[in-house]
Amino acid sequence: MRRDLVSSLLGIVAITLVFGLAYPLAVTGVAQVAFPGRADGSPRLIGRDFKGTPRYFQSRPSTATDYSASATAFTNLGPNSKDARDTFKKSLDAYLKRERPFDRGLTARRVPVDAVTSSASGVDPHISEANAAIQARRVASVRGLPLARVRKLIAANTDGRFLGVLGEPGVNVLDLNHALDRLSSR
Amino acid sequence: MLQGWVQIAIFFVVLVALTPLLGGYMASVYTGERVFLTRIAGPVERLLYRLLRVDVSREQDWKAYARSLLVLSGLFWLTLYLILRTQTLHPANPQDFHSGTWDVTFNTVSSFITNTNWQFYGGETTMTYFSQMAGLAVQNFVSAAVGICVAIAVIRGITSRSGRSLGNFWQDLVRTLLYVLLPISLIGALVLVSQGVIQNFSAYTDAHTLVGGAQTIALGPVASQEVIKELGTNGGGFFNVNSAMPFENPTAFSNFFELLLILVIPAALTATYGRMVGNRRQGWAIFSAMAILFVIGVAVVYAAEQHGSPALQAAGVAGPNLEGKEQRFGIANSSLWTAVTTVTSTGAVNSAFESLTGLGGAVPFANLSMSEVVFGGVGTGLYSMLVFVLLAVFIGGLMVGRTPEFLGKKLAAREIKLVTVGMLFTPLVALMTSATAVATAAGRESISASGPQGFSENLYAYLSQANNNGSAWAGYTGYVQPEPGNLGAHGVAFADLLGGLTMVFARFAPILLVLAVAGALAAKRTAPAGLGTMRTDTPTFVVLLIGVIVLVGALTFLPAILLGPIVQSLTTSLF
Repeated sequence: MRRDLVSSLLGIVAITLVFGLAYPLAVTGVAQVAFPGRADGSPRLIGRDFKGTPRYFQSRPSTATDYSASATAFTNLGPNSKDARDTFKKSLDAYLKRERPFDRGLTARRVPVDAVTSSASGVDPHISEANAAIQARRVASVRGLPLARVRKLIAANTDGRFLGVLGEPGVNVLDLNHALDRLSSR
Repeated sequence: MLQGWVQIAIFFVVLVALTPLLGGYMASVYTGERVFLTRIAGPVERLLYRLLRVDVSREQDWKAYARSLLVLSGLFWLTLYLILRTQTLHPANPQDFHSGTWDVTFNTVSSFITNTNWQFYGGETTMTYFSQMAGLAVQNFVSAAVGICVAIAVIRGITSRSGRSLGNFWQDLVRTLLYVLLPISLIGALVLVSQGVIQNFSAYTDAHTLVGGAQTIALGPVASQEVIKELGTNGGGFFNVNSAMPFENPTAFSNFFELLLILVIPAALTATYGRMVGNRRQGWAIFSAMAILFVIGVAVVYAAEQHGSPALQAAGVAGPNLEGKEQRFGIANSSLWTAVTTVTSTGAVNSAFESLTGLGGAVPFANLSMSEVVFGGVGTGLYSMLVFVLLAVFIGGLMVGRTPEFLGKKLAAREIKLVTVGMLFTPLVALMTSATAVATAAGRESISASGPQGFSENLYAYLSQANNNGSAWAGYTGYVQPEPGNLGAHGVAFADLLGGLTMVFARFAPILLVLAVAGALAAKRTAPAGLGTMRTDTPTFVVLLIGVIVLVGALTFLPAILLGPIVQSLTTSLF
């Protein structure tokens, strides 16, 4: 017993120094040299709120945390929750109100599901390609750009599947909006 | 749909390919053979033995092995409590966080010592970088290593030829840390950073949005913790939303890589087992039983999530259930992760469990009901599965009317009694704590949803903690934090304490029981297999094993699960 106590205490000190300090510091050192921008946190990975501004593409809803990237949380809305239904309905109405003037035939059934649901993180940087295609009409019209030009920008700012296989394609909303601003200011 | 199945198939093929590679390597490590890392790790290993003043040539019987394990875990419990309660003194605390309350800290410490990583706290709003690194991540290494040590000790008990020794705990611990967990973590952390997982010590920054607002973005040393969180089947997120947060899991590739990290050791240990008992087919038989149950779970949750929830349909929205899921992962990778994290005792999530459809949500429940033997936690999965193997051998023996024997060792009343208690312990704890919590006003304080969803929250909370999993129907609360930093926050003492005790008992009681079984087996002489011996490396045995697991799990939990997710899957009513 005494022997175990001594070894445990010494072990706690040694393990904490090696695995709690030396290891993360070593990883930080190498990471900061090898991948400096990524280790510091690339802003394009975090979704933003574009507040319904018509000249920008809009991110997915973030009903639990309002796009907080410093206090993240799930919505925890269950499959049979009345609150969930009301939240979806609100998002759907806002989406239809925003996009319909530019896409007359847009119905609720055609609205992509990512446009009315909150992501898990609340800061999902992506929207689906279908969602972007609908919003493209509004953005093109408000900015006075040809629709084909906007569609091209969408394609250029879409993160495809890894090796064409893994994951789902997603349009990076922040990148896309930056690209639009660069285009307009030229 | 096909696209999704292709992704799931690729993942499975890579996992199968890695199983004998890592499994064989680990068998070499634990039998003391030279491996390619011996040149580098060997001197460090010997230095650590000297520093810790352990004599690894001293073999330990099961009691001595258990004592070393318990003393280390107990003292680590106190150390972690001390660290988490003194946050104002920490270096690397750029956000000036205060300490959490005593009750939530009790829960968190119990959670990380037991490899559970149940989280009533939110990482980026309550924990200093020092707490995350030197407190929580250290336990991610140590609790994982302890689980693996027990599995190896149990294997030694099975293979021992009438001895008493199960090996030496300190040697197994140091070897697990140096030869298995550390090298994979070092490389894996850098792979994650290459994908965009962050690794820094900066204060949270303000990013400007294009529409004239600011967004505060949390930072920290994430990658070094993320990798061992998955590899050690721990699951405790650096951020509150765990591996859904882009800084923990930014791309489809990081997601694939993290899924592999979760399953690779639990899968490989079946091969380690096969190698160490001298018959690889024994390992593959166990692997097959696990794989079949795993694939069924994946298929059910993937099929279920293709459909919208009743709430989505009521709102008039068409399409799959993307609520609580990230676009980059989609339905397929969110479903695969849901199954992977609940068959193993990981509990990390990349989507929100509480937003799963009724049937999809039944899969995590079902996986936990099988007591985490389908791959399971690192080490814990294998030794818990071996308990079921012994039970299946016993039942098979009863059927044919012979004394049951396993790998040449006759099973007697003592072993079967221990095995039965070991098998029933976790389910009993889960059901009793869950019932207590839902029947008391203090317990119901933690529930946030209404209707069957509220029941699910409560049942899953104790099922998850009793199985040392750590995933949650996250509406269940144990810590109320009005603003970041812990000031003004208060814990829900009932849930914190009941949950903490649940985790500790459900971790260490089964460990003691399986070590006792291993000790009893070690002392038995090995008899050669005869004509009437029931073989444990055949498809027939795999079927029997699956039958026993499903029967025990279903009989124990079906009534409770019916009241939660199954009810929800059968109705379109909203609550």
